[in-house]
Amino acid sequence: MTQALVQLKNVKKSFGPVDVLKGVDLEVFAGKVTALVGDNGAGKSTLIKGLAGVQPYDAGEVRFDGELQELHSPRQASALGIEVVYQDLALCENLDIVQNMFLGRETLKSGTLSEAEMEAAAARALQSLSVKTVRSVRQTVSSLSGGQRQTVAIARTVLRDAKLVILDEPTAALGVAQTEQVLNLVRRLADQGYGVLMISHNLYDVFKVADDIAVLYLGNMVAQLETSKTTSNEVIGYITGIATDLKEG
Amino acid sequence: MAEKVTLQTGHEGGVKGQVSAYFSRLKGGDMGALPAMAAVIVLLALFANLSPYFLTEINIANLFVQSAVLMVTAMALVFVLLLGEIDLSAGVTAATGMALFVKLTNTGWDWPVALALGFLVGLVTGWVLGMFVAKIGVPSFVISLAFYLGFPGVMLIILGSGGILRLEVAPIKAIMNVNLPVWGGWAVLAVTVLVALALSVWDRSRRLNVDLPVRPMIFLVAKIAAYLLVGGGIVFLLNLPRSLVATNPIQGVPIVVPIVLVLMFVGTFVLNRTSFGRYLYAVGGNPEAARRAGINVARIRIYAFMITSTLATMGGLMHISRVGAVEAAAGKIIVLSAVAAAVVGGVSLFGGRGKLFNAAIGAVVISIIDNGLGLMGFPAGVSFIVTGVVLALAATVDALARKRAPGMRI
Repeated sequence: MTQALVQLKNVKKSFGPVDVLKGVDLEVFAGKVTALVGDNGAGKSTLIKGLAGVQPYDAGEVRFDGELQELHSPRQASALGIEVVYQDLALCENLDIVQNMFLGRETLKSGTLSEAEMEAAAARALQSLSVKTVRSVRQTVSSLSGGQRQTVAIARTVLRDAKLVILDEPTAALGVAQTEQVLNLVRRLADQGYGVLMISHNLYDVFKVADDIAVLYLGNMVAQLETSKTTSNEVIGYITGIATDLKEG
Repeated sequence: MAEKVTLQTGHEGGVKGQVSAYFSRLKGGDMGALPAMAAVIVLLALFANLSPYFLTEINIANLFVQSAVLMVTAMALVFVLLLGEIDLSAGVTAATGMALFVKLTNTGWDWPVALALGFLVGLVTGWVLGMFVAKIGVPSFVISLAFYLGFPGVMLIILGSGGILRLEVAPIKAIMNVNLPVWGGWAVLAVTVLVALALSVWDRSRRLNVDLPVRPMIFLVAKIAAYLLVGGGIVFLLNLPRSLVATNPIQGVPIVVPIVLVLMFVGTFVLNRTSFGRYLYAVGGNPEAARRAGINVARIRIYAFMITSTLATMGGLMHISRVGAVEAAAGKIIVLSAVAAAVVGGVSLFGGRGKLFNAAIGAVVISIIDNGLGLMGFPAGVSFIVTGVVLALAATVDALARKRAPGMRI
């Protein structure tokens, strides 16, 4: 068994009297897509916010590349190579693709922006993911479709030397063709050796692209399954709690 | 890293491809300063036909001097407008700084020290405004309105019961009233063209260095030719003798022209080529995205307000140089005209879009209307009405262009 890129052990988080994560274990591997599924309120967002350093866990162990880590700020997480693409994508519509991909980390030469160098690097990052859907890397984001925007947001994490890319419902607002594009991109991301953790409500997407499926139910990790060895009925059983209840009798 | 870039960058294609790409951008609603530039040409033709005095050498020189204050104030406002904020007090802040300056020099202070203190008023006011907006969260409209109402009172106290003080500093008076020698005008043109050429060639070579496509050379040549043609025409006109009194010859480019050019160049350089400029656009476009990208949004906002009031103070300095005095009512109207100029030129009030050049060209439009109607003998009232109509028109054209392009929602 290869070593997990990220390993969570007995991670806990509560807000006042509400225990949102009640001792969760999770493993994400480099080169694999791990889908994180669960009903509303299961604790998916809380789990990834902890990994992103936005809302540190109360207790538990986080190992990254085998090393024990404390994640207390987004900066720490980013330094380790953990990047999150939130649902709102956090893109500036008035800026172009290159400007967005380098936002906050511009390449400078004697105090001025190195536009040509950034443009070339952004184009290469997009090419490395075989992105062919954007017309020009100097298009403003306002002129892009939802799928293209998602593509830009994902490519930005590659540019930032991410090792683990966390995607929060990447296909939630997309049509059929664009969903297909984004799922292909997610697959390529993993095939190039990145670890991908994808939150999704859509089991079709999950079964299409994920290698592993982790199911949260009311703050507990009730199952971590290999996609090839499970069925959507089984996963639904875990999501709704029926499977767990049956097991516990 | 040697892999060749195959994605498009907007620089591909020959002359034909580039031109058609430009027109498709125009159709998409990305018109920039084009409507305002068209308006300038139409207005020039219109007034040249309607008034025999409009295209005289003396009036053209006047137009440059008249529009300078509005131009600088409009450029100043761009920095806060880019954030989607507004500074209604920019004019009165400038006037208050200048009132302090004139008062101090009239009571025996060295003028450079007094001038520095005058500018300090702008800098500090901008900082205070920025703190209120960025840290406390008071809407910029309200807090700058408070300063707009309060500062004229400060000025009255500084200026005393007369409400007006004469400017006695010769070097400051010179800004708006002295012209460069004939060779000086050509030197300004030469420097402008050389700087533009150097920047273009530098950008081009950096693109070639990293194997990016570049536009056909003909566009660079055309751009420089346009600079030479327009700039050369202007310098030639301003170098013609324009005095109405034979004993008092006047000719040459007014000193204020190179000053405005330098301000515009430095400001544009900061906006286009530094990370601070990039962050201004980012915060104006999506503050939350900027924050998540690690940008200190509050600091960017505070700096923007400081730049606006300081640059507006430069406009105030030009105003007192022209008028030769500072009066208690100064700075109230100019700021509204400056907002109008910026919007007419294509700066978005919602933030994230616009350049200093947009503001400058908008100021030219408004100045020409004012000047032309005045020459035709219309009362000032008509000029106000026409300016209002033009502003409404510009805002409408902008809104319609934006509506047609479904993707554009800035």
